[in-house]
Amino acid sequence: MTTNADHPVIDPFAAALSVSHIKGRSPWQDAWHRLLKNRAAVYSAFIMAAMLLMVVFGPMLISWEPDFTDWDYTSTPPSLASGHWLGTDAVGRDLLVRTLTGGRISLMVGLVATLVSLLIGVSYGAIAGYFGGTADRIMMRMVDIIYALPFIFFVILLMVVFGRHILLIFVAIGAINWLDMARIVRGQTLSLKNTEYVEAAKACGVSDWNIIRRHITPNLLGVVIVYVTLTIPQVILVESFLSFLGLGVQEPMSSWGALVSDGAQDMESAPWTLIVPSVFLTVTLYCFNFIGDGLRDALDPKDHL
Amino acid sequence: MALLEVKNLDVGFDTPEGEVHAVNHLDFSLEAGEALALVGESGSGKTQTVMAILGLLAENGHVSGQALFKGKDLLQLNTSELNQHRGNEIEMIFQDPMTSLNPYLRLDKQMIEVVRHHRGLKKAEAIAKAVEILRALHIPDPSRIIRQFPHELSGGMRQKVMVAMGLLSEPELLIADEPTAALDVTVQVQVTHLMGALRENSNAAIMLISHDLGIVAGLCERVLVMYAGEAVECGSVEQIYYDPKHPYTQGLLNSIPRLDQPDEKGLKAIPGNPPNLLNLPGGCKFRDRCPKAFDACSEKPPMQADEDGHAYRCFLGIPA
Amino acid sequence: MTDRIMRVQDLSVHFKLREGGLLRSKTHTIKAVDGVSFDLDAGETLGIVGESGCGKSTLARALLALIKPNRGRVLWLGEDLNKLDEEALRKKRQDMQIVFQDPLAALNPRLTVRAIIAEPLWTFFPKIARVQVDERVRGVMKMVGLLPNQVNRYPHEFSAGQCQRIGIARALILNPKLIICDEPVSALDVSIQAQIVNLLKDLQKKLNLSLVFIAHDLSVVKHISDRVMVMYLGRAMELSRRDHLYKKPLHPYTNALIKAVPVPDPKLARAAIDRGLTGDMPSPLDSPSGCVFHSRCPFLIKRCQLEVPALRRMESGDWVACHRAEELDLTIGKSG
Repeated sequence: MTTNADHPVIDPFAAALSVSHIKGRSPWQDAWHRLLKNRAAVYSAFIMAAMLLMVVFGPMLISWEPDFTDWDYTSTPPSLASGHWLGTDAVGRDLLVRTLTGGRISLMVGLVATLVSLLIGVSYGAIAGYFGGTADRIMMRMVDIIYALPFIFFVILLMVVFGRHILLIFVAIGAINWLDMARIVRGQTLSLKNTEYVEAAKACGVSDWNIIRRHITPNLLGVVIVYVTLTIPQVILVESFLSFLGLGVQEPMSSWGALVSDGAQDMESAPWTLIVPSVFLTVTLYCFNFIGDGLRDALDPKDHL
Repeated sequence: MALLEVKNLDVGFDTPEGEVHAVNHLDFSLEAGEALALVGESGSGKTQTVMAILGLLAENGHVSGQALFKGKDLLQLNTSELNQHRGNEIEMIFQDPMTSLNPYLRLDKQMIEVVRHHRGLKKAEAIAKAVEILRALHIPDPSRIIRQFPHELSGGMRQKVMVAMGLLSEPELLIADEPTAALDVTVQVQVTHLMGALRENSNAAIMLISHDLGIVAGLCERVLVMYAGEAVECGSVEQIYYDPKHPYTQGLLNSIPRLDQPDEKGLKAIPGNPPNLLNLPGGCKFRDRCPKAFDACSEKPPMQADEDGHAYRCFLGIPA
Repeated sequence: MTDRIMRVQDLSVHFKLREGGLLRSKTHTIKAVDGVSFDLDAGETLGIVGESGCGKSTLARALLALIKPNRGRVLWLGEDLNKLDEEALRKKRQDMQIVFQDPLAALNPRLTVRAIIAEPLWTFFPKIARVQVDERVRGVMKMVGLLPNQVNRYPHEFSAGQCQRIGIARALILNPKLIICDEPVSALDVSIQAQIVNLLKDLQKKLNLSLVFIAHDLSVVKHISDRVMVMYLGRAMELSRRDHLYKKPLHPYTNALIKAVPVPDPKLARAAIDRGLTGDMPSPLDSPSGCVFHSRCPFLIKRCQLEVPALRRMESGDWVACHRAEELDLTIGKSG
């Protein structure tokens, strides 16, 4: 006879609480609390929020139009008197408003391209990883082959064939980035597939679809979130690089990369035209990286006692 | 003077959830040449005690108290001073032979690394010594074994090599942390015999950390039973096994499945779970699971000892 | 009158391992399970004991048709599990469940206890009402000794012993006829082991469950089994009634396993001078010829290296795979 099935107090800790259901603390909640303790991540989040607000609403509040050429004040350094708080470029366009509207493009590229890579990469990787076997081998070999293609070559090809439409840039960048996401998701799916709780689900007769939905996907999210947060700055940088080469957004639209490219040309005579967009770009990249690192630490179960 | 004397040892860890009290006010001593077992289950603090003494605590750990090794307080030493003793007079054998050996180095290189550092032996001398020890421990074909990589040996053989490594620098204190836990039963026997041979071949004092009361019975002279970071009972191995005084020790011995007992009785389990180290209860920490608890147990029980040196932390047996 | 619920006939699971590079490659066959046969009755507990590499975990999965065998059959209530189509097999899963070794790893960390235990219910009764689910979940939690008000908590908030209870609750919720326990207590502290073993025994009595209890520890198995099967390198060495096995084992390996259990008694432990088996477990890649145990057997004769001994029935009704079974007297307690 058991000595404890009769024992009224299984867990004295729990018995002290009321009979009504105790709310559990999910791993997501734990991770959230851990994230909040990471100061770098929290400050970065605030800065990014501020940046987003500035970029979205700023140009509406500033009197200058981004393509307005103020001939009175060409290549002026930042000054309050001129009304151009961060100065102007060679043709007298206000740098602040150009940087903010450029920021819209850069951030949008970051988010949209990442979204594209997310959607393609996660589904591709999860399918390859879960079903394994020949399908997996073929799918991953295709990834390897595409990976081997020189990226710039591919983008130039797209530009030449389809023209320099802004949407194309999103697609081009997303089309390359999904490869990494697919690999990561596949790897994670492989290890999740072999966990005992997935085995338990199979032993209970749970269907493949439900296993993916209930067991694999929620446990994938952690890795995916971290990777997405770290992909955004990567993508922004790629766009900047393309713009710097002259392959990115076309005038009159601008992005941080294009602004940096323009500014680099006037580096000696008007250094602020280089410094201002560079600072915005760098701060954004740093912030996303800190947030991504913070998420990775918060979601990493290793620290759990 | 005792070889190792631990006084009022406290080990804690800072975690996001709060402070984990792993070890609380631990006192014990170990004489030269003696074999002491630290017995307890998960959360008892036995491993962290040893980690603290050897200066191997994790980043977020802190320790207070004294750990006097031949009179010198190990807890006050800095890393380089500690290194003079670690690997020299004090050696440690870890639990998992898979991860305690470097997979990229041949065994001879790994085995002689420490002893060369401390004794300044030449490479050939050190290897010869290693082979000699392997032979003394009845390990077949030692000169061939020593030229192999860890992954070429089985788990049992790796652990035997670890034991030999522990002996190489002729330590005065050998600490073994669950040396047989990761091994198959038939290999456990071999390693246990090995440790017995070790005692014959060296004067080292042994501190054996284990949850396996069967192995402890065969190897050790004295036993310290730990629960929730505290010592609850301490005595000779005969006293502990044949006359356990603390209810936890009694419960533990009763819950071991034994081959020599009739099974109609079923296993006598200790009800409940070990306490949460983040939130230790006041008074006697075993109170919630103790079949003999009474009112006085809400206070912290003192350690009482009888003339034979059998000590236990409980209110029972104290004349009212 | 006992009802047989499962019959295993000559079950073998082999894995192929390819070694070598582009030009020269060698294929090894790992015989994880090799020619295992036994019957299981309703309400019976079969203990399966063996050390690492003996194939017990592979066997557990093969019994549930989670792995397809290369040879042999698993008959569940007369039907060959591996001949059933996917849907029919899925339906059978209600009757046979499994409990795993690592209590925490067997539970999805992102699901509440309620979801974990209720999942089998949702799978087989997708239209079931929430109220009914709650009722059954709470009922089964009480049965395994968990407080029902914990339903909304997550696995990491429980101790190892409690996690194992959750795993058992999940296995029980569909009222299975058989639960396969794959080393259910190996990862638990001794005092918690006893709780879980007692719980399983109780549940078996109350629900007339059959259990297959897999362990590497002979002493744990003794307390719960009616019969015990000893495995070594994928083959069954002995299959005997519990009392017979522990008093007078028929196979030298069983004898060695029994002697190897450390006795928690200082006087007895000191007196044990038996060095036990020499050598290590051979690699499953190169299974020894003849009897797989011959390389470590203290009673080795020439025949053992050449001929594989079949599992045969002795007068006592027990089975053993040893050429010398009739002449050896391995009674425990007798010196030798």
